Amino acid sequence: MSKSYRRKLDLKNGRVDLSHGAGGRAMAQLIEDIFHNAFDNDWLRAGNDQSAFDVPAGRMVMTTDGYVVSPLFFPGGDIGSLAVHGTINDIAMAGAKPLYLSASFIIEEGFPLGDLDRIARSMGEASRAAAVPVITGDTKVVERGKADGLFISTAGVGIVPAGLNFSSNAARPGDVVLISGSIGDHGVAVMSKRENLDFETEILSDSAALHGLVADMVAAGGAGIRVLRDPTRGGLAATLNELANQSDIGFQIDEDALIVKPQVAAACEFLGLDPLNVANEGKLVAIVAPEVAEAVLAAMRADPLGAESARIGFAVVDPQHFVEMRTSFGGGRIVDWLSGEQLPRIC
Amino acid sequence: MMKYVDEYRDGKIAKTLAAVIAAEVRPDSEYHFMEFCGGHTHAISRYGLEDLLPPNVRMIHGPGCPVCVLPISRIDLAIELSRRPEVTLCTYGDLMRVPGSQGSSLMKAKAEGADIRMVYSTLDAVRIAEAEPNREVVFFAIGFETTTPPTALALRFAREKGLTNFAIFCNHVLTPAAVQNILDSPDVKELGNVRIDGFVGPAHVSTVIGAGAFRVFAREFKKPVVVAGFEPLDVMQSILMLIRQVNDGRHEVENQYIRAVTEDGNAKAQAAIAEFFELRDSFEWRGLGEVPNSALRLRPQFANFDAEKRFDLVTKPAKDNPACECGAILRGVKRPRDCKLFGTVCTPDNPMGSCMVSSEGACAAHWTYGRFREKAARQEAAE
Repeated sequence: MSKSYRRKLDLKNGRVDLSHGAGGRAMAQLIEDIFHNAFDNDWLRAGNDQSAFDVPAGRMVMTTDGYVVSPLFFPGGDIGSLAVHGTINDIAMAGAKPLYLSASFIIEEGFPLGDLDRIARSMGEASRAAAVPVITGDTKVVERGKADGLFISTAGVGIVPAGLNFSSNAARPGDVVLISGSIGDHGVAVMSKRENLDFETEILSDSAALHGLVADMVAAGGAGIRVLRDPTRGGLAATLNELANQSDIGFQIDEDALIVKPQVAAACEFLGLDPLNVANEGKLVAIVAPEVAEAVLAAMRADPLGAESARIGFAVVDPQHFVEMRTSFGGGRIVDWLSGEQLPRIC
Repeated sequence: MMKYVDEYRDGKIAKTLAAVIAAEVRPDSEYHFMEFCGGHTHAISRYGLEDLLPPNVRMIHGPGCPVCVLPISRIDLAIELSRRPEVTLCTYGDLMRVPGSQGSSLMKAKAEGADIRMVYSTLDAVRIAEAEPNREVVFFAIGFETTTPPTALALRFAREKGLTNFAIFCNHVLTPAAVQNILDSPDVKELGNVRIDGFVGPAHVSTVIGAGAFRVFAREFKKPVVVAGFEPLDVMQSILMLIRQVNDGRHEVENQYIRAVTEDGNAKAQAAIAEFFELRDSFEWRGLGEVPNSALRLRPQFANFDAEKRFDLVTKPAKDNPACECGAILRGVKRPRDCKLFGTVCTPDNPMGSCMVSSEGACAAHWTYGRFREKAARQEAAE
């Protein structure tokens, strides 16, 4: 096939049609012009159905993740950058160094080629900034009405430094709870662009890759870090409840220590939400042994992604696994999981 | 800081108020106050307000949660309506999980293919009707006097736009009728199961109907009423005002929420309600049973907007789970932990009764925010 005979993809007005998923020349062009351009690496250019890489010694981690966020573009990010950050963070929460990603695109017939290109480029930029390349991928097109625009499914692998074994059942009474910054930013940013809500806010999603921050924390705290978790869906409340159950402990946290940006607090107020239940995409919770807490906190604060890190509470003996909070008002209450689904498709 | 909100959540002022309350309660007396509104129940639990009150001040959670008082028979009708192929049912999200008969719910009906859409405002439902003229769009209207004016406005819009495919399933109820029903009930009057020394009066409801609407209770039933805002300091201040009335032997209507509530309420909102709605002779409340003159229906000239008439809905009797204590809890006779189902088969993830569904329900509030108090009590008892 000679390049000179090929009509360029119409990124301005063109739309994905069923031929883009049919395995023919149209699909090859879509992959080449959009995805190879955006991700720009030799693994993809080799054009294989898989990519080979050397395996270092030690323990590896592998993760997989699906992205169905609505809308696809939101203040501070889009489904593409979110997919890269989210997958990297899942690897990083093991204390691991992320190495490679895969990405699979399920596209609805009629999806604007320009939007697909924008999303792929944003994904490419996020992966280059994080130095974690997307080395294999897949594209499928489904008929109109069978998917909502675009879904992205990813996988990622990484390598765990020797001597680390972070696990959600490893927290013990007396351990300190640290968080890397404000809560609720991502959920509020996405909701502000929902069709039937659409309110004005200056809040940007906190979507970010946290592996650099984790590396600094590991250097400072090593095996004194029991568990790391990124409080995404269900927010900080869900994360602490999961950890309490898995580690057979309870938590005591202090509302005054939590950072909620005024715009997030205001949006939650009129939507009737609790920032503790709202999703984050660029924050982590660390449960650490008391003797390393100060060092880990200092390392977090030294990183721009953790500048507002704070100590928010501690683990306690509690066979009922309650997460209790001393409220700013002076009373006590339980912080429970959210029941049902208030915010579908937040990531 | 959120201006005009955080001022009413200030922990330092709360401490001062708590000290004043502690100093003014008579140690040999008990004070039993009912907060009627779910909004107050939520604030009390959310901010841990009970921790700041002396042990001889007890708050009783009233039936003022619109989701909780909706009887199963009405949920069943909504589900029946949603299953009609031509109908699009628009509802607030918190009604989706309310259990109907035989484990049904709108959430399950939606999964089975019913066209049910969650909306954030009545006007969203009108917009859907406008955009989809081939669908019969029905808004599941519930709530007290606070949510009735928005329903009236939606009807006004629908009329102005000449929409013929929009209707409401009206379940609007009235606060004073429910308060009267509680005060007249045998539990309060003859049996003495429930002691009520005063009421924390509704916040948003009172902005519409005015504080004056509660004078009859102060006068005839000799119970103090303090209309209070929904912020935690509002609630604490109103409790202090109630304690002072009890100590002085007064029974008046006082208005703590002067920044929003007037004596006569919002005349425009009242006019909008009166334009479209009239009293029902009787309406079933979960927990209270049939309460005369306690709910609204559309006036006959608006029958076109009335889903009950348009789709010939006929109420079929439906029974709550016999072990569910929502009824007694809504009347203040029992507390959530007195119910055998509480926290066992009935949790917010799998609610059996309506009090567990809405975050304003007494059971959900206790489950979500209050359970650890029992743990502390058990530990104390063990030691």
